Amino acid sequence: MSKAEQRHRRRSARNGWLLSMPALVMLGFAASGPLLIVLVYSFLQKGDYGNVVWEFSPDGWIGILFTRDIFDGTLGLADAHLTIFWRSVSLSLMTTVITFALGFPTAWFIATRPASERAAWLFLVTIPFWTNLLIRTFAIGEILRTEGLVNTLLLWLGVINAPVQLLYNDNAVLVGMAYVYLPLMVLPLFAAIERFDMRLLEAAYDLYASRMQVLLHVILPIVKPGIVAGSILVFVPSLGAYVTPRILGGGKNMMIGNFIELQFGQGRNWPLGAALSMTLLLIVVVALLFYVRAVNRAGSGHGHG
Amino acid sequence: MMKTGRLRLVEENAIEAQSIVKAFGQGKSALLALDDVSVSIRKGEFFTLLGPSGCGKTTLLRLMAGFEMPTAGTIRLDGQDVTYLPPNRRPVNTVFQSYALFPHLTVRENIGFSLKMQGRAKAEIAECTDRMLALVKMEDLAERKTAQLSGGQQQRVALARALAPQPKVLLLDEPLSALDLKLRKEMQIELKRLQKETGITFVFVTHDQEEALTMSDRIAVMNAGRLQQVAAPREIYTAPVNRFVASFIGETNFLNVTPAPGGFRLGNGEIVTAEGSGGVLTVRPEQVRIVSAEGAALTGTVDSLVYFGTDMHCHVRLGDGEALTVRLPLPPCGEAGVSPGDRVGIAFQPGATRLIEA
Amino acid sequence: MVMAERRFSVASLPGFAAIAIAVFFCLYLPIITLVIYSFNSGPSIAVWQGLSLHWYADAWNNQAVKDATVRSLVVAAWASGIATTLATMAALGTTRRASYKGQTFIYVVINQPLMVPEIVTAVALLIFFASIKVATGYQGLAYLIAAHAAFCIPFAYLPIRARLEGMDLSLETAAADLYATPWQTFRYVTLPLLGPGIAAGAMLAFVISLDDVVITEFVKSGGQDTLPTYMLGQLRRAVTPEVNAISTVLLALTVLLLTAFFLLTRKSN
Repeated sequence: MSKAEQRHRRRSARNGWLLSMPALVMLGFAASGPLLIVLVYSFLQKGDYGNVVWEFSPDGWIGILFTRDIFDGTLGLADAHLTIFWRSVSLSLMTTVITFALGFPTAWFIATRPASERAAWLFLVTIPFWTNLLIRTFAIGEILRTEGLVNTLLLWLGVINAPVQLLYNDNAVLVGMAYVYLPLMVLPLFAAIERFDMRLLEAAYDLYASRMQVLLHVILPIVKPGIVAGSILVFVPSLGAYVTPRILGGGKNMMIGNFIELQFGQGRNWPLGAALSMTLLLIVVVALLFYVRAVNRAGSGHGHG
Repeated sequence: MMKTGRLRLVEENAIEAQSIVKAFGQGKSALLALDDVSVSIRKGEFFTLLGPSGCGKTTLLRLMAGFEMPTAGTIRLDGQDVTYLPPNRRPVNTVFQSYALFPHLTVRENIGFSLKMQGRAKAEIAECTDRMLALVKMEDLAERKTAQLSGGQQQRVALARALAPQPKVLLLDEPLSALDLKLRKEMQIELKRLQKETGITFVFVTHDQEEALTMSDRIAVMNAGRLQQVAAPREIYTAPVNRFVASFIGETNFLNVTPAPGGFRLGNGEIVTAEGSGGVLTVRPEQVRIVSAEGAALTGTVDSLVYFGTDMHCHVRLGDGEALTVRLPLPPCGEAGVSPGDRVGIAFQPGATRLIEA
Repeated sequence: MVMAERRFSVASLPGFAAIAIAVFFCLYLPIITLVIYSFNSGPSIAVWQGLSLHWYADAWNNQAVKDATVRSLVVAAWASGIATTLATMAALGTTRRASYKGQTFIYVVINQPLMVPEIVTAVALLIFFASIKVATGYQGLAYLIAAHAAFCIPFAYLPIRARLEGMDLSLETAAADLYATPWQTFRYVTLPLLGPGIAAGAMLAFVISLDDVVITEFVKSGGQDTLPTYMLGQLRRAVTPEVNAISTVLLALTVLLLTAFFLLTRKSN
């Protein structure tokens, strides 16, 4: 590169940084920066009425998995905590599976519509996605209530004699999360299926594959990066869900998000809350790394695997 | 052919398409891709469907494969009606124009795909795959992913994959069109050898008439959804039945003639006799000779000369204004012996002229 | 002659169309039910007692709802404005130039709100702003606006960046050829062409800000409800179709803005 080109490059980089700086400052102040504070707080001692005492204490992190007996100070496994973690992980996994089972046919359906219709169907699937999370959760809650649509229908059909309690349990949260995060599974799947070469299907049928064999041996393997992307896009927000378990779970069926909130409210254990937040963030970052790898593999084609 | 003892007709035809009509769309705007096409393909034949883009040859092939179903008509495979049978139930396999190799499988897995779908034993699949790899000489690349192969290699894998399940008929949809000229010529020889070796009926689709002439046992020339002529290459070339076939295959001269006592009268008055019937006389450029203008019945002036390496094309304008192309073989020194503006005489090789409809 | 139009469709898989239609149905059923019952004259969400708009009137006359609505709109407007401006600058700084060191870092920071779970950010801001509140005594809307502006940046950034990358470079080169200074080129060529992208980004940021629940709930001071947090509070007590009415209005607004967004981004294709 010539001297002039080098100078131009440096100036271009400098301008790039200058232009991006205001946004970076804003985010640093009200998004990324405070995360560091959380990290610091996780190593402090909890105050008696909430907030923290500025002394080092590992209790925040220990408290994730263990409780200290108030009488003899020994550590024991915090069963309540483990239940919450287990619930969060299993519900998130189940949500991912359900959204895939329902989302894959939906994405396939949209991708195989004639090109003129496709944008309309996509728009239809996206609208619920952009609708307020609270509204959608509330709407599902209304359907599941004892006076709601599902119970009314079941009573009318004669399947049950009295309204069934559908709300305020793990299943309600599962249904709610599947409902809320379904579009997040459909969109990456649709992107992957749209890129799929349909002529491969002709070849597969020509070579005596049945419909099921085509799905298992040709479609799913090739669309795998989209499946991974969709799964992570559903799993990550599910893990950190707050609104949905709160409204549909009724306060007793807590997930990690609610548990974190508790520490800053009645629980009065800010360091624990901070440690939990950091743990959640760590899990999410790891999951996102998998996502980036899957997306990159999709972009580079199928030359190796 | 009748077998004595048991009255059983042994099916001679590998594929029989009868009165095929294929229309796309509805009503007024419907496109008639195939208009009452009937063709019989014999077992063990190398049969070519030849025609320009949009003539319906690919549509006919897809009807045989099962990806489309005819609007009317039937398709029989080895005597059995397969018209509405889905492609995975027909003992017919296709080599696609785009090869359609599975990108997530290796060469070996691609070739063995059909056998795996049919649920054959692992040992059997391995043995058959090895045989196919040897047949197309791809043993070294068996474990590669198909995306890493060159065009010619991909083509051979597609071929092996389609041959592996030992189909009754192999359908090839312009399989060589993506290859460069030299590779094409090599693959043409390869394909011909494979067909002879395996004995499988090949149905080959192409728009390249030279390819059709060199490889086929029989050619079906198509245009605008209709069959024009079905015959062996030599007959297609020397005895085209209409103007389309005559002009699509090789180069032809067309001269208008009128009936006259003893034969047909050319523009300049000379009477010629020829086989066929109609108002147009056809003759191939290489069957026309330049002779001395003295005493020649048909004369003209040389318009231009075009150099083709192997020969020279001489464009002659006849007395009545009609144009004629003559192919002049070139001697070693490369001189044709005529120049633009010369007055020359024209002579036809005996038996080389044919009459067709205008 | 048999005129059968049967076809072996390679792209159809058994049962998929049925499942897809069922999914669409189930996606919209709860929302539609919600909207319908906002017009229910009775207080129940299951017993239909006739058409009525009185819940809308109730909501309209409810001072708490009015305050929350105004606050939502004010915060959204400010946040959208700030976020769009900063995002535009950032987009200009990260596209159409040779890649430089740290560009990935900038990209990660800008998109960070999309990746970090909301609860984590909410907690972080709770702690951070709590100490500032104690230190300065200021309890106004600025915290909310700052928080919203921050997480709206990536939503404004992405459409603007997309539009910028799709722009024809030759137009700006032509302007330079016609003696325009860099600033003039920006003002008279780049900015107008970028217009639809900026509008789309602003609209998206506005919708996102309006809809936010978690971060707002943690960051707000007492009595500083936005519409979603007001509804969240209501949901913990007795639920009346007033919530349905408010939801329907929010829904309508979102759909309107989204349609505009889609049209804006479609036209640029």
